[in-house]
Amino acid sequence: MLKHKIQALMTEPGCAHNQAKSDKDRKAGCGKSLVPGAAAGGCAFDGAKIALQPITDVVHLVHGPIACEGNSWDGRNSWSSGSDLYRRGFTTDLGNLDIVNGGEKKLYRAIKQAIARHAPPAVFVYQTCVGALIGDDVDAVCRAATQRLGTPVIPINAPGFAGSKNLGNRLGGDALFEHVMGTVEPDDAGPCDINILGEYNVAGELDQFRPLLARLGIRLRASITGDARYRDVAAAHTARVNMVLCSQALVTLARKMKERWGIPYYEGSFYGISDTSEALRNIARLLVERGADATLTERAEALIAEEEAKAWARLEPYKARLTGKTVLLYTGGVKSWSVIQALQEMGMEVVGSSVRKATEDDKKRALERLGGDEAKLADAITPRDMDAMFKDGRADMMLSGGRSQFVALKARTPWIDINQERHHGFAAYDGMVALVREIDLAINNPIWSQVRAPAPWEEA
Amino acid sequence: MALIVDHNKALSSSPLKVSAPLGAALAFMGMKGCLPMFHGSQGCTAFALVMMVRHFREAIPLQTTAMNEISTILGGMDQVEQGLLNIARRAKPEIIGLISTALTETRGEDMAGDVRQIRGRNKELHEIAVIDVSAPDFAGSLETGWGKAVTAIIRQLTVAAGNQSKLNRVNLLPGCHLTPADVEALKDIVAEFGLESVALPDLSDSLDGHVPDSYTATTLGGTSMAQLREMGRSRLTIAIGEHMRIAAKTLFERTGVPYVVLDRVTGLEAVDRLMVTLSTVAGIPVPARQRRARSQLVDAMLDGHFYFGGRAVALAGEPALVWTLGRLISDMGGILGAVVTTQAQPLLSDLKAERVVVGDFEDLEDQILEAGGADLIIANSNARQISARHGIPLYRAGFPVFDRLGAAHEVTLGYGGTRGLITRLGNILMERPGHAHAHAPATEHFHDHTAAAAG
Repeated sequence: MLKHKIQALMTEPGCAHNQAKSDKDRKAGCGKSLVPGAAAGGCAFDGAKIALQPITDVVHLVHGPIACEGNSWDGRNSWSSGSDLYRRGFTTDLGNLDIVNGGEKKLYRAIKQAIARHAPPAVFVYQTCVGALIGDDVDAVCRAATQRLGTPVIPINAPGFAGSKNLGNRLGGDALFEHVMGTVEPDDAGPCDINILGEYNVAGELDQFRPLLARLGIRLRASITGDARYRDVAAAHTARVNMVLCSQALVTLARKMKERWGIPYYEGSFYGISDTSEALRNIARLLVERGADATLTERAEALIAEEEAKAWARLEPYKARLTGKTVLLYTGGVKSWSVIQALQEMGMEVVGSSVRKATEDDKKRALERLGGDEAKLADAITPRDMDAMFKDGRADMMLSGGRSQFVALKARTPWIDINQERHHGFAAYDGMVALVREIDLAINNPIWSQVRAPAPWEEA
Repeated sequence: MALIVDHNKALSSSPLKVSAPLGAALAFMGMKGCLPMFHGSQGCTAFALVMMVRHFREAIPLQTTAMNEISTILGGMDQVEQGLLNIARRAKPEIIGLISTALTETRGEDMAGDVRQIRGRNKELHEIAVIDVSAPDFAGSLETGWGKAVTAIIRQLTVAAGNQSKLNRVNLLPGCHLTPADVEALKDIVAEFGLESVALPDLSDSLDGHVPDSYTATTLGGTSMAQLREMGRSRLTIAIGEHMRIAAKTLFERTGVPYVVLDRVTGLEAVDRLMVTLSTVAGIPVPARQRRARSQLVDAMLDGHFYFGGRAVALAGEPALVWTLGRLISDMGGILGAVVTTQAQPLLSDLKAERVVVGDFEDLEDQILEAGGADLIIANSNARQISARHGIPLYRAGFPVFDRLGAAHEVTLGYGGTRGLITRLGNILMERPGHAHAHAPATEHFHDHTAAAAG
């Protein structure tokens, strides 16, 4: 069953990446085989957990040995405006004997204890490699627990060996579709309710655009899954429009929601100024198409004009401090192009952008913004080449994820984190101003001239 | 006498334990020119790697055999072979640590046999030492994996001295509770006795936080292969922490070098034992510098004991850490109000606590509540939620510490290190009147302490 599910997820018709492929490639699916000894990134379990952990009020219980949860819990910077139950790590911590005897009973007891102590609206149970290998039927245990204990217990069947982190994101989304959405009928569904898919409220980013939506009278029913409550996710099927951020992770969910509940979706981004405006415009348009008050379009335009002007005005002072600086973007996905414009407006030159995880469409847009210079688009840059770029002065700074930070720092080069472990929100208009401020603080920090100067006894 | 209690709970909540393979990988971080690889799913590596990066704030070389559905069913030997060859080609390491995980151990992979065959048929691997370590996640914790890795390195790479002469050298086998800075301090102390030393593993050369001249895909430093081969020529092996006993014994069996296991090297009496040991090996009296340091520690204990006396400390960590810090707290007059650890280490029954719970952070929180509060929590960063919920200060120690700078640079061993630790802990206790004095007005309390200190 898992196999069929993976097959279906791997040939997602709604995925732009997939649409651009030849028939033959499409048949082969998108499961890149991982190279032993040269692989990076998480497993399917990791991906499922990332996609669902931000649901704040449920117990996230990992059925596996200690590594899966013990080595990772409370490590992601996803914020909550309510419950902090999601920040606790729960695991069955499978030991020697459990592996010999099977872990189903232990899992059931664990679910029971978690419900008794925390009274959550639901328990999410994550299958792992070892649980799957010893044949524990997580689906059956969850079914039994739901019946006997009266609290929904949701199986998330994404063991690590099933594939990549991205596949896990999708499996996580699929579990919401199958077991959670549509199970709660809210009494307050309105014509301007939307969901945002693939937003995890990293460093509180949700609050960089939730107020903008609120000003237009648009209510965020559920963010999937940043700062989400279980009951809101369960009622997500009543929203009028879905917006998909980070499209590769949850586009399948969006497509299925469209098929079952007729909710149209728009793929966009809240990174970058014009993209934020574009996103607001499209949400308004779709809502009006679905019967919301037609003045929404005008109100959205007015808000966009006001916020854009304000943002550019706030960015103005940074221009003089940043003009002429060169920056290497190493992130992939939507951020490979969405922040380029803001950087260029500051007079910065983007000397390279990685398009590892980007779709064809992402690549096209990145290329457009880089003036058609193909040489600036890189798939993956080895740490060694990156080191050389910094040491030869080809890039003044890097924006990337935590994994590559030390390549920059050890080359005494400014760096800021724009991936999931970051501590500043970079979404929407306020976020872009925050990003430019962070860049300024990093690149113009007085330490650089000090740490680069040779010791007095070394030759310059 | 403490009662060691293991509830063997079905549900572990907010785990204290990290996995044994991570401990093994951490040990390989102290080997020079090394790149360890987990034999498991990608995620096994990703989680361990991120955790170490966050703790040390350094790049961590760690690879994966990237087991998938098919290799999980058919066996992972091809994955191991490809992985080793890819690492050999790309990173050109001197040593590769191949560490099993729960996934491959549950399937029952014969990693040692596979490695023999793979090395036999690939001449690219002949110049590279490949150390296989069996450290499944479902048995033990960080300490276990660290101890197993060091033992495997010793078993597979050290040689007896034969007819070569003895060197004026001691082997150090530091436990995983010692920081890179601790190892460095220990080597400095040994040097004061006119002795050379080799530490296995040596994190002080790799994860001490320095800027290398050029990019490298392997560890930045650590114990070299040449040093390893000479370990049989040392006069004595000093292992620190009970979890290093098997490694020390294995080294003795292979090389004949006698060993002592010091349960800890923090606290007056414990450091005294280290001094006597070193003085005996070196055949010289304890150097004047260390005698002065001892006197300084005695003075710090005199100044500091006011702030420890009667204060309740909640302590959580790996057995070696809990033993080391627990002893120091009770030796200073503090009360061990709650103690939680990751596995039942018999030594811990000698702690001056009512019980030592084998458990998680939920157990720690329950113990604190049961004891009516605590003045200070000593644990890794994951205790931050408890600290915030109950308003109890948290002194970060152990692994991982990801929300403070300098976890790798903390020194807690030797006379000087102990003095520093007493100072840091004492300052927190001094600043926070705490629950034990809740009934007394804060100002009066403050006044009391000032008077006591002045007197």
